[in-house]
This record gives sequence, structure tokens and C-alpha cells, in this order.
Amino acid sequence: MKVSFKVNGQSRSVDVPADMPLLWVLRDELDLKGTKFGCGAAQCGACTVHLGGTPTRSCVLPASAVQGMNVTTVEGLSADGTHAVQRAWEELDVPQCGYCQAGQIMSAAGLLARNPKPTDADIDQAMSGNLCRCATYLRIKQAVHRAAELQAESRAGRTRAASPDR
Amino acid sequence: MTTTRESRPANGAGVSRRDFLKVTALAGGGLLLGTWVAPSEAAAEAAAAAPALADFAPNAWIRIAPDGAVTIIAQNPEVGQGVKTMLPMLIAEELDVDWRSVTVEQAALDTTKYQAQFAGGSTATPTHWLPMRRVGAAARAMLVTAAAQTWGVPESECETSAGVVHHRASGRQLTYGALVEKAAAVPAPALDKVALKDPKSFRLVGTRVRGVDNRKIVTGKPLYGIDVTVPGMKYAVFEKCGVFGGKVASANVDAIRRLPGVRDAFVVSQGSSIGGGIDGWSLEGVAIVADSWWAAKKARQSLKVTWSEPASASQSSAGFAKRAVELSQEAPHRTLRKDGDVAAALGAAARTVKAAYSYPFIAHAPLEPQNCTAVVKDGKAELWAPSQAPQQGRGLVAKALGVAETDVTVHITRGGGGFGRRLHSDFMVEAAAIAKQAGVPVKLLWTREDDMRHDFLRPAGFHFFEGGVDAAGTLTAWRDHFVSFGEGERFNASAGRSGNEFPARWVPNYACDASVMPLGVATGPLRAPGSNGIAFATQCFLDELAHAAGKDPLQFRLDLLAADAIPVPPPANPNGPRPISFDAARMRGVLEAVAEKSGWGKTTLPKGTGMGVAFYFSHRGYFAEVVRARVSRAGQLTVEKVWAAGDVGSEIINPSGAETQVQGAVLDGLAQALGQEITIERGRVKQSNFHDFPLLRMRQAPPVEVHWVKTDNAPTGLGEPALPPVLPALAGAIFQATGKRVRSLPLSKHDLKWA
Repeated sequence: MKVSFKVNGQSRSVDVPADMPLLWVLRDELDLKGTKFGCGAAQCGACTVHLGGTPTRSCVLPASAVQGMNVTTVEGLSADGTHAVQRAWEELDVPQCGYCQAGQIMSAAGLLARNPKPTDADIDQAMSGNLCRCATYLRIKQAVHRAAELQAESRAGRTRAASPDR
Repeated sequence: MTTTRESRPANGAGVSRRDFLKVTALAGGGLLLGTWVAPSEAAAEAAAAAPALADFAPNAWIRIAPDGAVTIIAQNPEVGQGVKTMLPMLIAEELDVDWRSVTVEQAALDTTKYQAQFAGGSTATPTHWLPMRRVGAAARAMLVTAAAQTWGVPESECETSAGVVHHRASGRQLTYGALVEKAAAVPAPALDKVALKDPKSFRLVGTRVRGVDNRKIVTGKPLYGIDVTVPGMKYAVFEKCGVFGGKVASANVDAIRRLPGVRDAFVVSQGSSIGGGIDGWSLEGVAIVADSWWAAKKARQSLKVTWSEPASASQSSAGFAKRAVELSQEAPHRTLRKDGDVAAALGAAARTVKAAYSYPFIAHAPLEPQNCTAVVKDGKAELWAPSQAPQQGRGLVAKALGVAETDVTVHITRGGGGFGRRLHSDFMVEAAAIAKQAGVPVKLLWTREDDMRHDFLRPAGFHFFEGGVDAAGTLTAWRDHFVSFGEGERFNASAGRSGNEFPARWVPNYACDASVMPLGVATGPLRAPGSNGIAFATQCFLDELAHAAGKDPLQFRLDLLAADAIPVPPPANPNGPRPISFDAARMRGVLEAVAEKSGWGKTTLPKGTGMGVAFYFSHRGYFAEVVRARVSRAGQLTVEKVWAAGDVGSEIINPSGAETQVQGAVLDGLAQALGQEITIERGRVKQSNFHDFPLLRMRQAPPVEVHWVKTDNAPTGLGEPALPPVLPALAGAIFQATGKRVRSLPLSKHDLKWA
């Protein structure tokens, strides 16, 4: 079937079997390789993307379900690594093998969008669906806190810039 | 900012890449001229358009451009152990360049240029610590010579820093970039003669350096095997017999070929002849090649195969456990080591303890499922693979295709985890065989279920212990009847052990016996192979003996390590390699460090909370770890904190990477202890995905504090040695918390409730 949706702000149209998961549409039809295949059963989170802003497992989401929707992948956070979560991930040197990190980053970005100052418990809650076989969890947790700071700084910066007084 | 370039797919034909010869200095010390393969078409075009002035490429690891840009080649496969950052750091340190000016490029497999291009055994650091530094130092020496000749001054008056040669006396300086033409004419010094820096003057080694691929990882750029695309590529799945070594009797491939999107379906049958001694593996199955991976996977649901199963189809984990007990009651098949008289010492002991320990099969489960992209054309093959041992993979591919190894090109991609799984390159052979038969470039990708069911598993193991302590609480007797897998004198892969593992040499009356049973399941090395199971069993039993002696588990260990050891015998072959010997003083050092950092013996713990300690020596590294764990009355276990102290020699090359390796290894061990088990039923793996083979999740991950004990020894590796001690340390903590001894894994099968 023909499926039209927005990926990272761009309108895209593909002709795929209705049950082809979004993961394979992204990877093999649209050549967006950032989103990863880990389990194919929504158990590891490596395939996490944002669907209408909400972290979603793309490996079990049929293409037919994204008709007309907005999808954001790790490539769409920023191409140059300037999103607060990407910056924090680099700063804290989070990746070991790095394979799960796109999914981790998308879950973290989703968390920070709805909860700009998460506690450790909030992070555990939001991130425990994303497996890291290298177990970089301690760095991930630090990096989520750091991303929250960076996000707050950049918002404060924007507010200042927008203010006519200062 | 350090950047990276990948060895990218070329043009699909696979053999028509453009090679460039960079005119360089004559290289001594066995190095070749800088013949290199353009990493991408874009780079090739850029190179073709570049001005005539050539790069300075003194050896196969370094290129310096006239503009001062430095490219360092990372020769080994990166699977998360940090080697793509660490090895180039060693070169950059001695070359004396600003790390920010360095671009790291992954080498393809090239045994004419590089040695030991593999990722295993925590060997990269001890193998390359000196050779990589010499590579950098040799190039630096040539640049210094070039500058000294330019100025007409003695080399001894020149010094370097951050890519610049200085002549302090005259205030003159020249950048490396300005010297490339002249340096290319300088004869390369012999690598074993070149002067190295005094470690005290290191500027880069010992600092926290971030992974060179981090930017690509966080922005989702293609890096891994699974991300490779070549023109005309089709996608393949490969169905194998659930029973290891099973053969295809018949398959409905004609019906499969008619399904939507399917290009081809066929039986691949080369049997075990290619395996080259890999237990339990054969190239046997049914391939489906389709326009998309999804189409191939869907078609697979309609695949009907009749298998011819080997006799091992009757084997099971339950059967192995039963047979192990039977074997433990019989005379052992053989004795691996014997000191003194164990029976007499047990008879004379003040207290004796007898206990049976076991651990299950476990899977590696790297997060990137096995995959390989292969182009096979005109008797040549080109492959892109996330292999830890690409050279072995190339050999198997050549054998399967019936071509020379020199006709097989292997590009090393980043691997989404390794843990020892990718030391076997079965996926490369499958991809090559399928691509050949299909006549098109193929990307083979396994499902998670394929990966779980066709692993080279960490073998299960069984230990039947007897031990004794005298009235003073000193360990006097130890016997381990180890029951494992094999036939006759031969153990299955990674199912063997040496009789010299600790506590051998520290107990006067010691015996390590072994018996084996046949196994049809494929096995292989998993992070700290051997040690990851043996450490659990032996250190737990040591705890039981400490308890019997009425001693603190830490003090009992320190006392044991302070005792006189039986000397290491001279090697059987005087010219052969000496066994790696165990240095008790180094182990006491890490034990004392972890005791101090964890507040061992000085912490008042609430009821239901315990601390455990253990140590282990593996892969040349000394690690001691303390675990603090809480168990609720209902039996709910929470690991609260882990302290690790490690001695891997005089330098921690990259403290950021080193710390994360230790934390990862410790948490990996906890995951194994908590819930990981592969069950064999009817000769096949019962588990299939992460719902029944659980990895650790964030909410289960305790803080892991890492401390280094630096000693005057050459640096050694960190991929593995931090893993083994955490399992027995956790079991020790559970004992203190609950009074319950855990003698088998995983913990999920134990009732830990207490009153």
C-alpha cells in the first residue's frame, strides 16, 4: 500500500506491504540507518522513534499505522549533534558499542520533552524499556541529567535573547 | 574534534575500487609502503583533485597531509571495547600531535600490513602497547630529522609538541604539515630501536578521551554491519535446524519462490566440512533471498523444512545435570593437577565441607543481530562484516567458496557488541555462500531468535568440591571434580580448564579432576571464557571454607594469598611460552584496596543486607570486587552497590573507556547471575528473545565504583577481567543477608526469602 507520512519534517511516500514495520520502512526504504533492529518484538528499544512526539517502538508498528503521522528519528533530533541529549551523550562518553544508543537517545529526548528535570526514579522509569547489552546505564543516567541542564541553559538563553530588555 | 572515516561500500562490483599509491619514505622494520584503498568515492575524488604534494605516510598507520591533518589507522575491530580510540591514542602520543587534529580511520582486514587484527582475549593492550607507540615514535623521529636538516642543526636540539618541531635555541619552528615532503625522504628508523617517551611525559595517554565514533553514533550515521548497503543488493534470511548440525532433508523452496518479493529460495548444504573444527557448526540450511528483508522474513513463515537431525537431538540440560551427578560419583576420567594428598588431608582436617556448584549455558546476545553483506563475482568475494576475527572469517569464506584467501576482501565494520560471539564468523560464510548461489549481492541478517538459537554458547559447568581447614582455620585440602563436555582427552570449545587455576599452588593438598560428557550444542568463548563460570564456583566455595574456619571472608582470602605458594614448574618445552603466572602480591593489593573503599568490616548493615567479596585473575588482569545487596523477607533481591579494584599495570591508557569497561563487565556479570540461562531441550535452545533471556535493565543497575591500583607492570587489557569476581561476590552478599548459599545460577531459580 501507499503510505504517506512526515519523517524528520519532510513529507515522504512509500509503497510497501501494509504490515511492514516502520523500522524497515525507515531503514531499507528511506535509507535512515540510525534506527536499529535489536529484537523485532518491542523488547529492547533499539528501534525507538518519536511518533507524534511520543517514544514508540518502530519494529512492531505497521507502516499502515503511520499514515499521515509525524515521525522523528535520531537523524531528526539534529544532524550535527547539537540536540541537548546528543551533546550530553558525547560529553559523558556514553557509548560502548553504541548500537542501542539511538534508541536510548530517543527515549531520553522524549522524557526531557515532557519532564525537563527528571529524578533518578523518573529516569529509571522512562529508560528501563531500553536495553544496553554493554550496560552503559550509569553513564546514560548521568547524561540524561546533563542533558536536562543543557536544555535548561539553552531555553534560558533563548528567553534572554527573545527579551527586548536584555 | 577527532573525526572518523569508514571503509565504505564501493561500487558493488567489489573489485574495481581505485587504489592509490602514496609516495612515501622507505619504511623499515617490516612495514610496507603506504598503499591504501580510498575509503569512499568522495575521498577518492578529493584525492584525485588534490595538489601534487603528497601526504607523509611513513607506515601503514599514519598519514600526515601538507595542511597538517593527521590520519591514524585503527587496525582492530571495534565492538564496544574502545580499541578504535585507544590504539590510535598510543600512536598519537608518541607522534606528538594534538588529538584534535587526528582523524581515525578503520582499517580493512589486511594481513600484509597488520598483525593480530582481532578483538578477543583482552589482548589489544598487551599486544600493541609497545608496537603502536613505536609506530608513532618512528614517524616523529623522521619529522625531527627533516626539521634538523632544514635548519642545519643537530636533531638533539629539536623537540616536538602538538604537531610542531621546535628549535628552542633559535626560536625556529616548523609544523609537521610543512615537513611532509622532506620527511618522506628520510629513511625510516628500525622500529625496535626507536626511542620512546618516558611515561612521565605522556600528554594524551592517561587522559579521558571520548570514543572517536561518538558523533556518528549520536547522530545515527551508518557505522555497523547492518547499515551497509551495496548497489543491487538483495536481502536474505537463513533457516537452520534447531538441533545443532542438523541437515535439510527436504524444503518447499518452489512454493517459497512464488511468494511476494521473493527472488530466490534454495538449500545450502556444505555440511560441517567447512567448520574447521568448530564444534556443532555446519553450513546447512535454507536461504530465502528477497527484495526487502521484511519480504524474506515473511516468506520464511511459509517455509516447511524436513530436517535430518543428528543423535544429539536427544540431549537436554536436565539430562546433563543428571549425568554430571552420576559422573561425580565415579572415578574421574582424568586428573588435571595433583599436589600432596587430598584424601589424607581431608581425613586430618578439623572441618570439612562438601558442595556441588553449577552454572548454565548462556548466550552472548549482542544487540546487533549477526549479519554480513557479501558480493561474490568472478571468483572473488568482498564482504562487510561485524566480525571480531575477520581473518578466521576470511579463511572460512575462502574454503566455502573454493577460492584463495587473497581473492576475499573483508571490510571490518563497527560491531554492535561482541562479547566473544563474533569470534566465530559463521554469518560471513553463510552470506558468502548465499550470495554466490543467488548470483546477486546479498545482505544476510539474522533475527534475534536466530541469534539466540544459533549461538556458540558459554558452556554449562559442574563442580563437585571437597575442602578442609585445620584447627587454626588454614585451608589444607581442596578437591574439585569438574564435570564438563567433551570426548576422551578433548574438551568442547571453551568447556575446558587448566588445573592451575586458583587456588592451585596455594593449597598444599590439591586435586583438580575432570570428567566429560558428549555435547552436540555449539559452544565458544564468552567474555572471560572459563573464568566467568569457574570464578563463581571456586570463590563461592572459598567462602564456604572461610565460614567453616570461622574467618572473615576477606581475611581468609588475604591469609591464603600470603601463604607460600608451590613454585611454578619450568615449562615443558624450554623454548615454548611460559605460562602467565599469578602474582599473589598484586591480588592482595586489589583486595586491600577494595576492602578500604567499600568500608569492609567497618559498616554496620541492617538485617537482610549483606556484603560479599571475591577476586579473580583472568586475561592478565587482577580484580577484586565487593557487592552490597539487600534481600527482603519475601526474597526480593536488590543489588545496592558494587566496588571494583583493578590492577592492569602501570597505566590506564584511557580512563574514560577503562572505567566504562569495568562498569559494563560488572553489570554484565550481574545480568548473568540474576536471570540468564539457556536451556537445551531435545538438542535445541529453548529460549528465543529477551523476554526469556533477560538482559540487565537500567532500574536493576547499581552504582559501580571503580578504583585502580597502579603497579610497575606493562599495561594489560580490560574487556574481560572485571567480570568474573562479581558473581561470587554477589553470592557472598546474599549469604550474609539471608544465610542461604547459592550454589547454582541463575538466581531467578532460587527462593531467597528469610525469616
